[in-house]
Amino acid sequence: MAEKNAQILTCIRCPRGCQVSVAVDGDGQVLSVSGNLCARGDAYARAEVTNPVRTVTTTVPVKGGGAARVSVKTAREVPKGAVMDVMRALAGVTACAPVEIGDVVVPDIAGTGVDLVATSRA
Amino acid sequence: MDEAFDYDVALVGAGVSGCSIAYELACCDLRVVVLDREDDVCCGTSRANSAIVHAGFDAATGSLMARLNVEGSRLMGPLCEELGVDYQRIGSLVVCTDAAARGGLDELLRRGRQNGVESLRVVEREELRELEPNVSDAAVAALWAPTAAIVNPFQLTVALAETAAVNGVEFRFNAPVSDVARLGSGWRVTTDSGSLSARVVVNAAGVHADELHNLVCRPDERLEITPRRGQYYVLDTTAGAHVRHTVFALPTRLGKGVLVTPTTGGNLLVGPTAEDIGDKEGTDTTSDGLAEVARKASMTVRDVPLGERIRTFSGLRAHQPGHDFVIGEVAGAAGFIDCAAIESPGLSAAPAIGRMVAGLVAERLGVAPTRALARRPEPIVDVTRLSREDWDALIARRAEYGHVVCRCRTVTEGQIVDAIHRPIPARSVDAVKRRVEAGMGRCQGGFCTPLVMALLARELGVDEARLTKDGPGSELVTGRVREFEGGAGR
Amino acid sequence: MTDYDVVVVGGGPAGLAAALSARRSGAGRVLVVERDCELGGILNQCVHNGFGLITFHEELTGPEYAARFEDAAQEAGVEFLLDATVLDVAADRSVTFVSARRGVRCVRAGAVVLAMGCRERPAGALALPGFRPAGVYTAGCAQRLANREGLLVGREVVILGSGDIGLIMARRLTLEGAHVACVAELMPYSSGLKRNVVQCLDDFGIPLLLSHTVTRVDGRRRVEAVEVSRVDEAGVPIPGTGQTYPCDTLLLSVGLLPENELSRSAGVALSPVTRGPIVDDSLMTSVPGVFACGNVLHVHDLVDYVSQEAERAGASAAAFAASGGSSAGMRLSVRAEGGVRYTVPQVIDVSRMPERLEVRLRVDGVYEHRVLVAHLGGRCVARRRRDILVPGEMEQIVLRREDLAGASPSDSLVICLEEA
Repeated sequence: MAEKNAQILTCIRCPRGCQVSVAVDGDGQVLSVSGNLCARGDAYARAEVTNPVRTVTTTVPVKGGGAARVSVKTAREVPKGAVMDVMRALAGVTACAPVEIGDVVVPDIAGTGVDLVATSRA
Repeated sequence: MDEAFDYDVALVGAGVSGCSIAYELACCDLRVVVLDREDDVCCGTSRANSAIVHAGFDAATGSLMARLNVEGSRLMGPLCEELGVDYQRIGSLVVCTDAAARGGLDELLRRGRQNGVESLRVVEREELRELEPNVSDAAVAALWAPTAAIVNPFQLTVALAETAAVNGVEFRFNAPVSDVARLGSGWRVTTDSGSLSARVVVNAAGVHADELHNLVCRPDERLEITPRRGQYYVLDTTAGAHVRHTVFALPTRLGKGVLVTPTTGGNLLVGPTAEDIGDKEGTDTTSDGLAEVARKASMTVRDVPLGERIRTFSGLRAHQPGHDFVIGEVAGAAGFIDCAAIESPGLSAAPAIGRMVAGLVAERLGVAPTRALARRPEPIVDVTRLSREDWDALIARRAEYGHVVCRCRTVTEGQIVDAIHRPIPARSVDAVKRRVEAGMGRCQGGFCTPLVMALLARELGVDEARLTKDGPGSELVTGRVREFEGGAGR
Repeated sequence: MTDYDVVVVGGGPAGLAAALSARRSGAGRVLVVERDCELGGILNQCVHNGFGLITFHEELTGPEYAARFEDAAQEAGVEFLLDATVLDVAADRSVTFVSARRGVRCVRAGAVVLAMGCRERPAGALALPGFRPAGVYTAGCAQRLANREGLLVGREVVILGSGDIGLIMARRLTLEGAHVACVAELMPYSSGLKRNVVQCLDDFGIPLLLSHTVTRVDGRRRVEAVEVSRVDEAGVPIPGTGQTYPCDTLLLSVGLLPENELSRSAGVALSPVTRGPIVDDSLMTSVPGVFACGNVLHVHDLVDYVSQEAERAGASAAAFAASGGSSAGMRLSVRAEGGVRYTVPQVIDVSRMPERLEVRLRVDGVYEHRVLVAHLGGRCVARRRRDILVPGEMEQIVLRREDLAGASPSDSLVICLEEA
């Protein structure tokens, strides 16, 4: 059996910020998760040591609406390493009014397979 | 007039002295240009001082300072009334907290009477407490000067300049003067943005006045101006009524105190220090200086609520060793007129300085004030001074006066748009603040800065990303979001 | 005669939830007066996610959270007046406002809910030594410029204060192309949420310098550098520890202050600790029929708690408007002691309090392994074990009506921390 390796993480899934301990074997397989107060913490810890992910939020300019910009987010989390790729892919992107919350502004942003959706109306 | 010169008068410096002179010269049939190194009027000493009108007992009897202070103090009320500038004759108290030093009050009283200050009187402990309930428990007596006042120095400078401007005086900003040289019977004035010729040069360049003077004076008559820094606290309007008068400290063995005074905007001002520094741009505050002000504030006034502070600032007085104003034609330099070393009580004396210097200019050019000021700009409306009915009626005519932009000072879009389109237009966020006080309140522009920027951009037709806080070099933002790696932000 | 049953001052998260709750509690005409051109308040510029886990059991962005309440309030028949600034709230519950469309108008309300929110502590309040150039911004102002206007305040940034907005802005500015050199925090602990330290600073390798502050701002026209120094236990900068960071921007996230200027002019008694109104269990202020909720009452760290609190204020306001105010019963004052900095409410009407009353509070330092305790006349009426308590995170303790029933008017309710 491969060597065990424990990591302490701060869960970011809710404001509580649990300190979660994750034990990982030499092959990167999660052996155990402890310290979390809910299932979200377990899921977070497992993802964080194998494939960390983040939601990206920002705003893009909007044409033809009352406001100058509309807020957007990735509809799901994207790999942490792709966060800046998402931002770069947004350079030059402009939405067109009317925009509803949830409307896809950019499909499959930066090749992540995740859509960029509006979080406000314009 | 001699048409060979671009102007009859080139006036250097658009502070309160320069603008007061320009205001007086606007009554003469002269071609006048005012040059300033900054982006607006009122950017040097005039913007950062105690904002008070001294009664005139402080300066040595017989000095120019004493004469012009007392005269300026008399002229200030009517002038502010005429210009629509905030001015309140609240009176001042010089508080003595050391029975042994009490004689100092009598000396000030004597000097004040000799200087021609009216209604001066020493008040004893009981009466003092009635006049100023929060005076220090250690106070034994005070010199009461009912003619002392507070004034809004931004409004005053802007109003003088605007009245001059609508009556034909030209203003050029971002034009620091680098050289003044003889040109026939007049002068060639070189600025960073070109040169011009004028028959007379007036040097009202504040802390930089010695540099101009020394370009034209005799070697043994050089002037040396030392910037004397004063640091201040501004407290929120919640503390504005902590004192009713401008409260000075009678100097004691422990040194000179600081003043505690209400401002015309309803804030409380506490300061200044007096530090001679080498740097003419040294308007920085220091932790030592601010600590000194905090310590000294309690010498004359109890429980000064410094926790209510919303801003600290420092200003520079143009001090020269002789400690008197330097006004007059420079010997051997006919047509070069100094208005230099205008340190405290320069603001108080400004109306008298304007008259005196304009008189010297008129005399040199052989003209007399021939005309009354033909036009007077209407002051910007202050909606907080209107009755609810009048404000409502104004909104019915001009809806933008119903849109509050600065919540702390209740300043409307209408007032800001007006400030941007004045005879001396506001082109920066600070210039708007000087004119209508947007951003001068307790949140210090935290909420209204983006709104004021949007109005400036809209009204001036410029890109928001290029707007400044206070002129070139003070750009508010560095650009647009996401402008990296060649990506366009828009 | 009144024009409205309930008038709510402010259309941010607190105002929206209060208005919705007032309508649902039976108030006939409910009006929200909002100074901005849209509802939602500061949430509109909080484009990051993390809102709504308690209220909606999902992670929403600020605008999404606001939209849910806005839609619900619209549907419930709440009336809105946008672009209108309230000038005055009088003790007789008349509310004067100004707007470009309506002019200066006064409406009379059966009950008023104060929901004006808070403002950021500005640089001037800190008495930062140095110059006052362009490039010094509160974090919220920079947030608005970036998220609403698309303007980037700077490229090389130092942040003073680890409040949540400062942490959020460290990430936002980094994502938008700026470099954040460090976040300096005067206290030995972060004043923001732990998860924001992780996802906004650690993710981007931004150092958090605890027990540090800015000791000088340089640059006459635009920020050119700031000096950051270590501070001692009393928070005083230690001479000689200054390190200069060349930068063009200083962001401040050094505290939020409830905006109570209207409350003050209405004669509402304010707490020197919270800087918000002193309220009873119904969230009524010292002025009958005037209620308060959200950040104008005390600064919250989670909008979900704001919504909960506002719901109570709205329901109380509706009840007051309907009954004209019930006669006050026995009122207990709540005292914060021993590590507890303040409580909200500060007064409890025992005869009228709900079955279970959540008392919100903050502690005055970092504590480990303590018990939050409520004592009534020497009797313990509530306890709650806490492994860790920090000033940046609001705590609560629940009081049950039956436990307070025996209180006498001379008793006071003490809430404090005790060793576990």
